[in-house]
Amino acid sequence: MMDEVLSIAFLMSAATLRVATPLILCAMGGLFSERSGIIDVGLEGKMLMAAFFAAATASATGSAWAGVGAGVIAAEALALLHGFACITHRGNQVVSGVALNILAAGLTVVLGNAWFKQGGLTPPLTANERLMPLAFPNAGDSILVYVALLSVPFTWWLVGRTRFGLRLRAVGELPLAVDAAGISVAGLRYRAVLLCGLLAGLAGAYIAIAQNAGFTRDMTAGQGFIALAALIFGKWRPFSAFGACLMFGLLDAIAIRLQGLKVPGIGEVPVQLFQALPYLLTMFLLAGFIGRAVAPKAIGVPYTKEH
Amino acid sequence: MSTTRRPLPVWADIVLLPLINIALAFIVVGIIVAIIGVNPVEALRLLVAGAVGSPDAIAYTLYYATNFIFTGLAVSVAFHAGLFNIGGEGQAYIGGLGCGLAILAFDRFLPAWLLIPVAIVAAALFGAAWAAVPAWLQAWHGSHIVITTIMFNFVASALMVYLLVNVLIAPGSMTPQSRPFAASAALPVLMGSTLNLSIALALACCIGVWVFLWHTSWGYALRTMGHSPSAAIYAGTNLKRMTMLAMCLSGALAGLVAVNELLGVQHRVLLDFQAGYGFAGIAVALMGRNHPLGVVLAALLFGALQQGGAELSFDLPGINREMVVVIQGLVILFSGALEHLPRPWLQTLLSRRA
Repeated sequence: MMDEVLSIAFLMSAATLRVATPLILCAMGGLFSERSGIIDVGLEGKMLMAAFFAAATASATGSAWAGVGAGVIAAEALALLHGFACITHRGNQVVSGVALNILAAGLTVVLGNAWFKQGGLTPPLTANERLMPLAFPNAGDSILVYVALLSVPFTWWLVGRTRFGLRLRAVGELPLAVDAAGISVAGLRYRAVLLCGLLAGLAGAYIAIAQNAGFTRDMTAGQGFIALAALIFGKWRPFSAFGACLMFGLLDAIAIRLQGLKVPGIGEVPVQLFQALPYLLTMFLLAGFIGRAVAPKAIGVPYTKEH
Repeated sequence: MSTTRRPLPVWADIVLLPLINIALAFIVVGIIVAIIGVNPVEALRLLVAGAVGSPDAIAYTLYYATNFIFTGLAVSVAFHAGLFNIGGEGQAYIGGLGCGLAILAFDRFLPAWLLIPVAIVAAALFGAAWAAVPAWLQAWHGSHIVITTIMFNFVASALMVYLLVNVLIAPGSMTPQSRPFAASAALPVLMGSTLNLSIALALACCIGVWVFLWHTSWGYALRTMGHSPSAAIYAGTNLKRMTMLAMCLSGALAGLVAVNELLGVQHRVLLDFQAGYGFAGIAVALMGRNHPLGVVLAALLFGALQQGGAELSFDLPGINREMVVVIQGLVILFSGALEHLPRPWLQTLLSRRA
């Protein structure tokens, strides 16, 4: 009995962590971008693009690591495009993010169809072409799960304890002050956007070649937005956002486990409720019903240098 | 900074700049088409033939354009109020719920001339209600409308899946969709295809939006709020109520997609009938410069792309329908986020000539 409980607890926490890994990576990426003042609703698109290029490259080269590299490069390309539109050309950051999401949704299927002739899928990946579990085969603990866990203290340290982090936060609150100190606002923001691309790229690669064995159309299925919700829910702070990712991951793990199950007294629990909960909770938080989430002050405002 | 650059003349700002932006988007599309090994000129020829080459093709193009007019107008109305409604997708979906509920409740009693207006009003009301919540949260609780409308898309999707799987599903059916509507709930078909009377409703909405925004005092107040909230307050506008009004109108317009899809074509409530139209509305609005006439032109172009793209994917297996989604993304990128990219070149060019 005790063994059974422990084993269920182990499997549930493993399932939670598995689902939470891309959320954590993505939320940390988004944190860099948004703390520097650049809204990122394009996390979903970066992740999707990375997932596709990771799976396509892993399949073509037979190397999982080449896949991870390609995924990161693909996400960085979108990150740079976002930076070019929002930082260099002071375009609307939300519009740019939406554009990148739609572009990624279309381009992954168009390229996949043209290259692999399987209606937008990549060929199924073999074990060599995937990132396999390291210590616990039934827990799915691929190396990127540990990278995700490490990315949280790393983000905390980089944003909270280094000179770069101080400047990054300053540029998201009062870019004029950073500019007056003789530091390039655009340079800092580009670095933030690139860090975001790196982490979102790892998240996408994880989804395609660790969690799954290949790319399927729209496989990120809104996880980029859940990560964004977690970031907001965590009030743009690394450890709080990490907690929100774990909570949303747990909700998802519970939903999968409860699917089709009848709970005594309640009946069948609607799985869709669990799917909607992360969004509903974040909205309650944003509306100030449970605590308050205050965004970086300069978020979404393009910086124009004075002369 | 060169001193020779002057602000662009109005005609360049309204006509030339948007055209250059669209041209840039299509140049990138051509490059992508070439990369996947298809001759762009050949692809364009097939696309145009597929979109307007026969009366049937034209009817399909107009049917798709109807959806784009509704969602494009929805985004435009909110834009004029300075609000970015990314929730068209969810509002259209919930509009379908309202439309479907009205029909399923009344199609056995009411005659068509009463049933159809009731269903149209229900679609608009449900769409408006789904937009009203994010509007209320922004106006009274300060949560950002962009984030809440995005999240409401996902909530709408979860809600509709639940309702269709558990509540609305036709008895004995395996697919999650409602029972078919009675024949009295079908909109008259035009040109013998999917094109139906909804297109008249869409054009009426264009005129309505134009009259409302530019010829009524509320419309004037709404646009003032979009230009300068402080000026609107000074003029005595209640920003909270105006936010509600703009978003409810926007949601109602998005909800009308259900009229074209459910009353016009599908004749039942089903999953994802609105897929993609809500987001495409952003591209339509940006391309149409948020003016009803521009929205109609942009919607016709996107309708032609949708229809031509479908035909193209039959003719050339190397290209599939998602090419249209790529084009939508690029149009949003170039006429939205990178809107100012060609401005300096154009300024230099025009100043030199002047």
